Amino acid sequence: MLIRFENVTKRFGSFIAVDNVSLDIEMGEFFSLLGPSGCGKTTLLRMLAGLEVPSEGRILIDGVDMAGVPPNRRPVNMVFQSYAVFPHMSVAENVAYGLKIERVAKPERDARVAEALDLVKLGEFAHRRPDQLSGGQRQRVALARALVKRPKVLLLDEPLSALDAKLRDAMRGELAAIQREVGVTFVMVTHDQDEALAMASRCALMNRGTLQQVASPGDLYEYPANRFVADFIGTINLFEGTLTTDEADHAAVTTPALDTPVHVGHGVTGAPAAQVWVGIRPEKITMTPATHPRPAGPAAMPQANVTHGTIMTSAYLGAVTLYDIHTQSGTLIKVTAPNGVRTASPALPAGTHVWLHWEPDAPVVLLG
Amino acid sequence: MALFGRKSSEKGPLDYAGRWSLRLWVAGVMLFLYLPLASLVLFSFNNSKRTIRWEGFTTDWYGKMANDDALISAFANSLTIAAISTVVSVVLGAMSAIALWRFRFPGKGLFDGVITLPIVVPEICMGVAMLVFFGTIAPWPRDLVWPLDLGAITIAHVTFSFPFVTVVVRARLASFNREMEEAARDLGASELRAMWDVLLPHVRPALISGALLAFTLSLDDFVITFFTAGPNTVTFPVKIYSMVRFSVTPEVNAASTVLMAITIALTLIGMKLQGTDIAKSEGV
Repeated sequence: MLIRFENVTKRFGSFIAVDNVSLDIEMGEFFSLLGPSGCGKTTLLRMLAGLEVPSEGRILIDGVDMAGVPPNRRPVNMVFQSYAVFPHMSVAENVAYGLKIERVAKPERDARVAEALDLVKLGEFAHRRPDQLSGGQRQRVALARALVKRPKVLLLDEPLSALDAKLRDAMRGELAAIQREVGVTFVMVTHDQDEALAMASRCALMNRGTLQQVASPGDLYEYPANRFVADFIGTINLFEGTLTTDEADHAAVTTPALDTPVHVGHGVTGAPAAQVWVGIRPEKITMTPATHPRPAGPAAMPQANVTHGTIMTSAYLGAVTLYDIHTQSGTLIKVTAPNGVRTASPALPAGTHVWLHWEPDAPVVLLG
Repeated sequence: MALFGRKSSEKGPLDYAGRWSLRLWVAGVMLFLYLPLASLVLFSFNNSKRTIRWEGFTTDWYGKMANDDALISAFANSLTIAAISTVVSVVLGAMSAIALWRFRFPGKGLFDGVITLPIVVPEICMGVAMLVFFGTIAPWPRDLVWPLDLGAITIAHVTFSFPFVTVVVRARLASFNREMEEAARDLGASELRAMWDVLLPHVRPALISGALLAFTLSLDDFVITFFTAGPNTVTFPVKIYSMVRFSVTPEVNAASTVLMAITIALTLIGMKLQGTDIAKSEGV
């Protein structure tokens, strides 16, 4: 692997920013460090850059221990959150800065600067001053300035947070495309789960200095390791319950929140009768009007996975409509319904009674 | 005004300048502040030995001043002291500003408080302190060749000039984005190189205005200089004072006018440089 964190801990006074993190990142990955603010993700990134020194543990890049190696001697370059474009230098001078320090000869330097500017589509802006650029263009300068050094790893600290929504969407695709083109390993810090899911090949979700789960975006969403992960990534209906059946090919959970048992189409690795949490994503619940016959439950357990409730509020978002539904016992269930066809009134009105049901493979059982 | 499509004759709620009472007040203040200075300049062109009565226009006094060897050598002394003390003050002031902004060290609080002391201590106290210091504790050797004989005055000027540079540079440092320096480090610069390439350009306007401030402070200083100057190390303001003691001739006026013109010019240049340089680096 390219990067290895070995039991890395970082303390600021009595505050533990990063708590015993071990993590491997492979060559060519687009790796994302994800988590709420203050979870230690930026500290981890800064330790990789050499801007912070670990209190304990080791960091290896390409097999070399980085202890005592200052930031200017590491094979990594960073795109800072504020971009940190030098205001007194032109765009081309900014990009050339790192090469100048490296004493790259001028002909080669000019060629590489031009190449980097073309990569980020700033070729025509080479002689502009940073104050004549938009936020998105300044970010591209920062990106070109880092990539021109041909680092083994490119670090990105919240690269899209300062851009407006439209530009952010465009830059997402572009960053991923640039990563594929140059093949450099990207390590990106973000607090925005959509950003991480859309761009990264693998994510590490952090909370309070510890790693919660390291997985592909799909696995993070569909197979969360614990409640924190399930709750942080996307929206989920989480109910506390008891594991009543646990066979190799199916399991069942009863929960006081629902008047129906939850039938799961796979076994749970954990002690039966243990306290568990069951989570169902809003888009995995199907809603039918209460005037229709009761939907059938799973063949193995017909009474399971079907409940009914009343629509309290709805939010029409165009592609989908979000519903808040109260069951008879007062449990709130969030449901997302796709708007597959155009209708005059796309959202069902509040007060409508509905059936809710889900497939045995929809729920996820969480032990912690 | 055109922005809101209002006729220029109509007065807005904040157009105080259009009211005659306010105009009168402003005129009064201006007169009070600048009439003495204006009359000083005016009478430097007076064709008379006395300064009280206007006898006609002449530039003779400027010519006389230019031929007054004592005055010219005092002027050369002043410029030399100002130049040396400015360079030392800027280096010392910038370094102490960076130290206070950047590092944590034992006694930082004390250093922070003491460094601006020369600004608030009454000048006369500073003057007496310098007199005692250079008279008894560390006497500056006499009969040195020029400009070494100006050493004591120069040191005294550095003491009261460099805190001003520190204050100006510190204010500028507050707006520095530390990520700039980290970016330079990340791109391969050593700590010193990063400071030189990124921090220094950022504080440059403050260094320039600090330098001009130090220069004018040194050039204009009378009280502290008076206490440290020897018979052979007379500066321009001290010389003017001694001329006044004999008689107030238009030559004194002319000398004062020159000093004032230099000071105003330097201040204007400083303001201009600082304004444009900061405007250039803002918004980034």
